Amino acid sequence: MSELRDAGAPVIEGPVLEARDLRVWYGTDRGPVRAVDGVSFTLRRGEILGLVGESGCGKSTLGRGLIGLLPDGGARDGELRFQGRDLLRLSGREQRALRGTDLAMIFQEPLTRLNPLMRISEHFEETLHVHEPGLDKREVEQRALAVLRVMGIPPTRYRAYPHEFSGGMRQRLMIALALVLRPAFVVADEPTTALDVLVEAQIIRILHDLRTEFDTSLLLITHNLGIIAEACDRVAVMYAGEIVEIGDAKEVFSRPRHPYTRELLRSTISLSTTGLNYIDGAPPDLVEPPTGCHFHPRCPDAMAICATDHPVDRDHGDGHRAACWAADVAEGLTLDEAQREPLKREEISVADEA
Amino acid sequence: MPTKPDPAPTAAKERSATVLELDDLAVHFQLQGNVLSRLLGLKGRLVRAVDGVTLQLARGEVLGVVGESGSGKTTLGRALLGLAHTTDGSITYHSAERGRRVVSEMRGAELRGLRTDLQMVFQDPHAALNPSMTIQEAVGDPLVIHGLAKGPELKRRVEASLERVGLSPTERFLTKYPSDLSGGQKQRAVIARAIILDPEVLVADEPVSMLDMSVRAKILQLMLDLKQDLGLTYVYITHDLATAKYFCDRVAIMYLGRVVEIGPTEEIFANPRHPYTKALLAAIPEPDPEKMVPRNLPRGEIPDAAEPPLGCSFHPRCPEAVRGCGWESRDLRALVEEHWTRADAAYQEEQQVLGDLGRLDSPSTTATLGSGGGPAVREVLERIRAEDPQEPLWTGVTSIEETGTGVAVSFEPAEPPELRRAGGVDVACVLYPE
Amino acid sequence: MASVMSRAGSGIRSFFATIWNTKGLARYMFWAGLVITLVFVVCALFAPWVAPYGFDQTAAHGVDFPKLGPYDSTHLLGTNDQFFDIESRMIWGARTAIEVVLLSVILAGLVGVPLGLLSGFVGGWVDRILVFLMDAMYAFPSLLLAIVFSFLLKGKIGSGILAAALSLTAIYIPQYFRVVRNTTVSAREATYVEAARAIGAPPLTIMRKYLFSNVVQSVPVLATLNAADALGTLAALGFLGLGIQPTQASEWGYDLSRAIDDAQGGNWLPAFWPGLMIVLLITALTLVGEGLNETINPALRRRRLKPVMFGPRVPADVVGTGPSGGTGGTFDNAAADMEGGRP
Repeated sequence: MSELRDAGAPVIEGPVLEARDLRVWYGTDRGPVRAVDGVSFTLRRGEILGLVGESGCGKSTLGRGLIGLLPDGGARDGELRFQGRDLLRLSGREQRALRGTDLAMIFQEPLTRLNPLMRISEHFEETLHVHEPGLDKREVEQRALAVLRVMGIPPTRYRAYPHEFSGGMRQRLMIALALVLRPAFVVADEPTTALDVLVEAQIIRILHDLRTEFDTSLLLITHNLGIIAEACDRVAVMYAGEIVEIGDAKEVFSRPRHPYTRELLRSTISLSTTGLNYIDGAPPDLVEPPTGCHFHPRCPDAMAICATDHPVDRDHGDGHRAACWAADVAEGLTLDEAQREPLKREEISVADEA
Repeated sequence: MPTKPDPAPTAAKERSATVLELDDLAVHFQLQGNVLSRLLGLKGRLVRAVDGVTLQLARGEVLGVVGESGSGKTTLGRALLGLAHTTDGSITYHSAERGRRVVSEMRGAELRGLRTDLQMVFQDPHAALNPSMTIQEAVGDPLVIHGLAKGPELKRRVEASLERVGLSPTERFLTKYPSDLSGGQKQRAVIARAIILDPEVLVADEPVSMLDMSVRAKILQLMLDLKQDLGLTYVYITHDLATAKYFCDRVAIMYLGRVVEIGPTEEIFANPRHPYTKALLAAIPEPDPEKMVPRNLPRGEIPDAAEPPLGCSFHPRCPEAVRGCGWESRDLRALVEEHWTRADAAYQEEQQVLGDLGRLDSPSTTATLGSGGGPAVREVLERIRAEDPQEPLWTGVTSIEETGTGVAVSFEPAEPPELRRAGGVDVACVLYPE
Repeated sequence: MASVMSRAGSGIRSFFATIWNTKGLARYMFWAGLVITLVFVVCALFAPWVAPYGFDQTAAHGVDFPKLGPYDSTHLLGTNDQFFDIESRMIWGARTAIEVVLLSVILAGLVGVPLGLLSGFVGGWVDRILVFLMDAMYAFPSLLLAIVFSFLLKGKIGSGILAAALSLTAIYIPQYFRVVRNTTVSAREATYVEAARAIGAPPLTIMRKYLFSNVVQSVPVLATLNAADALGTLAALGFLGLGIQPTQASEWGYDLSRAIDDAQGGNWLPAFWPGLMIVLLITALTLVGEGLNETINPALRRRRLKPVMFGPRVPADVVGTGPSGGTGGTFDNAAADMEGGRP
């Protein structure tokens, strides 16, 4: 399927996407919601980065913010370099031109994104005509069929309507529609949440294989740690608008540095679960997040310093970064006695649970 | 069928060991047709949501009903409470106080009275609570409806129930509306409402699947505690095998309205027999980068319950399918289409030869296809066969006869397999004949 | 009963809170409409004290009023061709208008809402028959329907305020019915209704406790908009001489029709005032209705979002400026990398 690779495009050195201190806030009556608050990461060509965290931690806002689909009243700040260009400095028109061709998004519920009155062929024609006006019908069909084939959709269904497809097939269609323009970067926001286990496995397999077919970099947003382990090269753990830990997926899963990552892994119920664990409390209000480390009110390892000082985002080797005082202490950071004092935790009752 | 020995020692004496008994239960729905057929007064298609389920629920056990969406597991749960009408077969409830009662024959007030004994917890706690009722009203309403308490007594019992599910201090929740509560708290309120009548059986339909992962374990723990304290019996409906493994004593795997495998949890998970169970287990992405989901998972999706596959309903997706699974015309269509997703060059030409595949869509053991003449069609089919000679569909073909424009492919007819004993479990699969 | 009261109480509280918190045009529309309406309501309530004369008074202190008299100190707006004081007629007219409109809207709601609830919940042939009847009524031009009903009622209860209100009621029942029935049909499928069945609630309880409070939310908007419409229809009936008779109560539409002939003769003021009253009150009620609609209907409601102001970016090398000061400690291992910390 090497024909799908964009042979003519120059090979870009360095990261496809680079966010530095990216902030995505949106205004409310009570003040700005700091949904994404100072996030830095890079994404290499053909890499799949998983983004995980509880609901209400800013995962979706970050995903949409990267593409430029902001919530009402939302604004971005910081630096977001896509193939060397800072997206935040581009005009609205330039950003729209990039969206679709170079930046694409795959959503959770595919049916709401497909026009029920349009055939699949018409969806492809529309998408390709907007972004590549020169193509004739024959070329459009060839391009579309090539992508559909990779997704396992037979060419006989090319003229069918969306409602004639099952849920998993629709999600494949959405992926095919996003990829027909060969974007360099795709955000997939919980693409399998509405699907059954077996279909989910099929879709994850497709996403995992994208890089070999299309050379696409992918940000995969999910709350399912199993999917991250299955499909991603690297994983970023998000809590209260910040990436608290990021690194190679195997490394993060086997040696989590941040207590939040560790507790998330422990609270996940899997086939090997022998006891139930959970994280007390709920993610904080992002209008007024806690002082210091945002996780300290729920953290079993919290020290006095965690309540007062924001932890430093430190590299623990091989690009495995975490922002946690306790992890720093374990690595040899010396703090004075008062700072290391275990934090007396307030009783977290059910009244505050998620 | 074996039932687990009663784990609740106090309950063992005069009560019957079986609390619910399903005998060949069927729940069918008449779908509304399209606008035209409705105007013409035609009947819509018949969906067999539950189609011949026989099982017993022992007092004090947790029975997991596991399946994908469309497997009929939710309908089964609703039928247990009489919320979905039984089309055929029967549901018998052996009440601890009132003896044997046939749920499937109850109507109206009698059925409503049954709800003091059988209760339900829903998947979406937000949708399951009336948005304009406070928690106090919502949780206390079962008592009001059945005329069991009022005034201070009502409030006292609501508070006791809220405390039982961990919603304390209760005064923080009594006057709240559902929209003021988090997902986990709402599910606790729903559980409080379900247990306030002191029921015997709780049907929990995906009680944690809508919740955030950090609280799922908490709600499951709460349900386990309640089972212990109140001597409840659970029917735990889920698509999530991981929670079922932790939570259930016995598991029934459902596919397209039928139970395909049922047995003790340890046995099912240690030694899955039905190919569907195996596939479900293999498909769960584990949070461990060392364990990868295998690539040979079943293709396709759960078929339309209005026209289930002939023979074993799982056979079109089954990685272990063999000759006697009930191959038919629609499988041939799927095979040809799959071939075309691989063979790009031949598509145009072969499509001309085979013509419209729509004729294969009505289920039949004889498939007629082709418009380019018998020999040409046979040649295309042979080419497809040569591509993957191991494809089990061909073993089910009894003859390929040339007709005028194409061929008629005949398949060996097969009946859906019955549940049969295999090891410690019951399996409905041709691979396990008695 | 207490629980019903508290529910209603909280519902009303949150209802007013939503109105109070709405921003933008909807808010101005609502308040402008409400103020004008309240002026009319005050006039209506205190008509005997506010109006200088009775609505059918043609003489005071032994002096007969002039016919079509000009405005002066005794008759602020002059008198009309029936020797009535126009100012008093306008004020008493407000009372008539509000009485009739209130009565008809309340009666229509009282009949239409439960019928819609029943029809939507029960479904089947009950639903079909009711929908057919209501659609048949709805298909009639409303004025025609009102005329027919006022003829029918004339023999039974005369042509006073009650008769006018009843004939208007008949027009508006189908509207409440349709709105409530449609919302009930979709709410019936909600999980909380299934949950109510699961706890053993009988159908009447489900309708009363679970459906009613969730389907009546669109009724206030409909009621205000209907009130505006009812006012127009009432005036039209009066204009045609089929509404309230001048001896029963003062009615703007009737006054308008009496004054039209004189307006053609050049004296347009007696026609101007009732016309103005009708236009003002209809506009006010429409404004309240539309304002409410935009407030209550989430699809139309626009929250005004405050623009986000980002603070200055903290230089990446400044870290840990919390109360305890410093970077919060030092690494033994100096090679440890540091990047991008913020307070």
